[in-house]
Amino acid sequence: MAAGPAPLGGHPRAQKPHLSKMERVVVSMQDPDQGVKMQSQRLLITVIPHAVTGNDVVEWLIQKYCIAEDEALHLGTLLVQHGYLYPLRDPRRLLLRPDETPYRFQVRLNWEQTPYFWMSTLWPAAELDYAIYLAKKNIRKQGALVDHEKVGYHHPSPATPAESSQRNPSPTSGAHSPGSKLIQMHKHTHPIEGVSEGRWGVHPPELGVGKSFPLETFNHPQAHYDQLHRKINHTWDLVVMQAREQLRAAKQRRKGDRLVIACQEQTYWLVNRPPTKTVDFYKRRIECCRKALGRTRVKSSVCLEAYLKFSSQRGPHDPLLSGCLPSNPWVTDDDTYWAMNAPSVAVPTKLRVEQWAFSFRELLEDPVGRAHFMDFLQTEFSAENLSFWEACEELRHGGQAQVPALVDAVYQQFLAPGAARWVNIDSRTMERTLEGLGRPHRHVLDDAQLHIYMLMKKDSYPRFLKSDLYKDLLAEAVVPLETKRRVFPFMWKPRHSSPSLALLPTSTSGEPEAAAGSPGGGDGET
Amino acid sequence: MAADGLHENETLASLKSEAESLKGKLEEERAKLHDVELHQVAERVEALGQFVMKTRRTLKGHGNKVLCMDWCKDKRRIVSSSQEHAVTMPCTWVMACAYAPSGCAIACGGLDNKCSVYPLTFDKNENMAAKKKSVAMHTNYLSACSFTNSDMQILTASGDGTCALWDVESGQLLQSFHGHGADVLCLDLAPSETGNTFVSGGCDKKAMVWDMRSGQCVQAFETHESDINSVRYYPSGDAFASGSDDATCRLYDLRADREVAIYSKESIIFGASSVDFSLSGRLLFAGYNDYTINVWDVLKGSRVSILFGHENRVSTLRVSPDGTAFCSGSWDHTLRVWA
Repeated sequence: MAAGPAPLGGHPRAQKPHLSKMERVVVSMQDPDQGVKMQSQRLLITVIPHAVTGNDVVEWLIQKYCIAEDEALHLGTLLVQHGYLYPLRDPRRLLLRPDETPYRFQVRLNWEQTPYFWMSTLWPAAELDYAIYLAKKNIRKQGALVDHEKVGYHHPSPATPAESSQRNPSPTSGAHSPGSKLIQMHKHTHPIEGVSEGRWGVHPPELGVGKSFPLETFNHPQAHYDQLHRKINHTWDLVVMQAREQLRAAKQRRKGDRLVIACQEQTYWLVNRPPTKTVDFYKRRIECCRKALGRTRVKSSVCLEAYLKFSSQRGPHDPLLSGCLPSNPWVTDDDTYWAMNAPSVAVPTKLRVEQWAFSFRELLEDPVGRAHFMDFLQTEFSAENLSFWEACEELRHGGQAQVPALVDAVYQQFLAPGAARWVNIDSRTMERTLEGLGRPHRHVLDDAQLHIYMLMKKDSYPRFLKSDLYKDLLAEAVVPLETKRRVFPFMWKPRHSSPSLALLPTSTSGEPEAAAGSPGGGDGET
Repeated sequence: MAADGLHENETLASLKSEAESLKGKLEEERAKLHDVELHQVAERVEALGQFVMKTRRTLKGHGNKVLCMDWCKDKRRIVSSSQEHAVTMPCTWVMACAYAPSGCAIACGGLDNKCSVYPLTFDKNENMAAKKKSVAMHTNYLSACSFTNSDMQILTASGDGTCALWDVESGQLLQSFHGHGADVLCLDLAPSETGNTFVSGGCDKKAMVWDMRSGQCVQAFETHESDINSVRYYPSGDAFASGSDDATCRLYDLRADREVAIYSKESIIFGASSVDFSLSGRLLFAGYNDYTINVWDVLKGSRVSILFGHENRVSTLRVSPDGTAFCSGSWDHTLRVWA
C-alpha cells in the first residue's frame, strides 16, 4: 500500500510498558521446561487439558521472583484481572486463588500462530479507538481532517461480518461477533471515557468484564497504517456505528462537560503523536550537551560517600526510620511531639538544637535557630549581615510589584554610603551591584546576598557553634521521655501501645516483610 | 520542516547527528569518573531491620479518583485534588495542587490549562471560587505546580512541554523553561542554599535541572525507558530520585552528573507514579500503578517492604514536612496516612 505523507516523528510512543512486561511473565510461565506445571485438571467430573492450578502459579511466582506469598498473590491477581489467565471455576471473580482452582492461559502472543479469539477479531483497542475518533471528527466536520490523520483513515467498502466471525471461537462470556463484544465492553464504562483513553482517564480493569486493552503489536509506523487500512475494511460498520453512538451521547451532556471531554480526547491523541523534532529542539540539545561536556564532575566515590555520611548523621532525626520521642502522633494519637517541636517553641528539643550544627542552611531554616543566631551576631556586632540576607530573600521571593520599592529600601538601609546598617561587601561585588541598581529586578542583589551568606557561613557560623551561647542551648535542650503507657488510661479507648520505633530489631519476631497489612487494608485503629 | 534557523551547512539531519554524537561523548565523559557503585559503597552500612508501617488514617472525602496531594507546613493539614466537579473547585480533572508555605492559600489546576490560587478560609459560607485568582496560563494541561519559598511565586509544569515561573499577584510570566521534547509531568524545587534550581521530568524520558534565574537547562539525564512521572530531591540537594512508567525508580547525582542507582525488581511490573524520601534520605517511598507502595533502602538498593491497602492505582505520595508519616492518594478515592 502506498505510504501517503510520511508519518510524524519517530515511533509511536510505547503506551503501556507494563503490558509488555506482563506478557514476558506469562511467556515464561508457559515455558515447557521452566514454566508452571501444566497438566489436565479436574473440574468436578470434567477433565480440562493444559491447565494450571492457582497454587502452582503462586509457587512458581514465589520461586522465580524471590517474593513472599502475598506479593505473589497480588501479582497473580493482576495477571488474571488483565486477562492473561482465566479461572475455570467462578469466572466472574477475577482473582488468583492459592488452591486447586484450575486456570488457563488466555493470550497467545506470537500472532503468527493460531491466534486466540480476541487477538484475531479485535485488533488492538487503541487503533480501533483511533479509527472511531477519526470517524467522529469526519462526521462532525464533514471530512475536514488534518493531513496526518487522513493517512490512517479510509472510506472503504462495507464490512463483511461473515468473514470476521468465522475465526471467532466463543469465549467463556459467550460473545458472538466482534461488534457486539465491543459494545458489551463499552456499556460498562462511560461511552467517551471508556474509549478515549486519556492519560488520566484509564479505568482499572473492571472485574467481570472481559475487556480488551491496547497491545502494541506493531511498532513500525508503516505497518501501523497498513494495518489500520486493512482492518478498517471489514469492521467499517462498527467504527461508524460507534462514532455515531458517541456523538449522540455527547450531545446529551452539558456544554461544559462536552468541552472538557473534547479537550481530553484531543489532548490524548495529540499526546500520542510524537511531536515533530524541530531545528530549535536539536539546537537546544546541542547547546545543552556542549555545556554539559564543559562542566566539572566529581568522582562517584566522593559523591556516594557523602550519602552515607548524610544518612547516618540524619538517621536519628528521621521519625520513620528511628521513631521519635515521646511518640509518633500518627501512631499513638498523642500530639505532644508536635507541641514540643512547634516552629516557635520556648525550649527546643536536643535533636533540634543538634541539627543546627549540621549545616548553615538548616540553622537558618529553623526560626528558633535563626533567632538565636541573630542574638549571637548581635554580640559580635554583625547582626546587619543576617538582616541584609533576610531582606534579600524577601526581594527574591516577593511579589513582582514590590521589587522597585524593596530594592530601594535595601539600598538605603544596607548599601548606601553612611547607611544605618551598612554591610561590608567586597568592592567588585559592590560596584556590580550598584550598577545593577539602575534597573532594579528581583535578582539584582543576588551577588551581594551570596557574598554575605558565604561570609556568615565561613566565619560567624563556626564561631556560633563553638560559642557558650550554643553550648548552653544544647545543655538546656529537652529530651522527651518515651511514652510507654497512657497517663490516664480510663479516659481513652483502650489501645495496645504502639511502638515508637518504625523498626523492630531483626532478631525477634518472624513477622513477614509486609506486616503493613493484608490487601484488605491495615488500619492501625482497631 | 521549515528551513528557518538553519545555517549554510546545516540540515535537520546533520543537526540530529551532531546532537547524537555529542550525547555519546557526554556519556563517555561521565563514565570516566565513575569508579564505584552505590551498593558497593553501602556494603558497610548496617542493614535496616524489619519494617512495620501501617495505615494510620484513611481519608474518604473524595467522590472520585484522587490525583494529587500536598502537605501544609503545619505538618497536619493536607490538600488533595481529584477528578470531580467539586463545588469550590469548578474545574474537572484537577491534576496538580500545592499548599502555599504560609498555609493560607492553595494552588491547583489541570485540564483547564491554568493554575489558579485560592485563598483559604475557614468560613464555610464564603464561596472560595469567587476569590480565585488565575495565575498561570499554558497551552496544554497543567501537570504539576509548586510554590517557591513564598506565597508570591509559583512554578508550573505543563503538557505543552514547558515549565514556567509566575508572579502570583499579577499573573506575570517571570521565566519560562523550554527543552523537554514532550509533556512535562512533574517538578521539584531544590533544597539548596541559593535556592535557584529545580528539576523536571517528562514524557520524553528526560529529567532536566533548570536555573530559575536564567531559564537555562543546567543538566539533563536520559536513562529511563519510559515517561518520568515523579521527581524528588534527596534531602541534601545533591541528588534526586525519579519514578517512571518503566517500573523503576532511579537516583541521579548532580555532582557526579550521572545515574547512580536503579531501584527495580522483576516482580514489579507497573509504573511508579510518585516518589518521596524520608527525612534522612535513607528510605525512598514509591507508589505504583499496581496499587502498592514499595519502600526502598536508598543506599543498599534493596526493597525493604511492600505496602498493600489501596484498591486502585496510587497516584500521589508525599512525606509530611516533619517526616513523621507519609500520605498516599489513590484512584480508589481515598488518601491514606502511613506511619
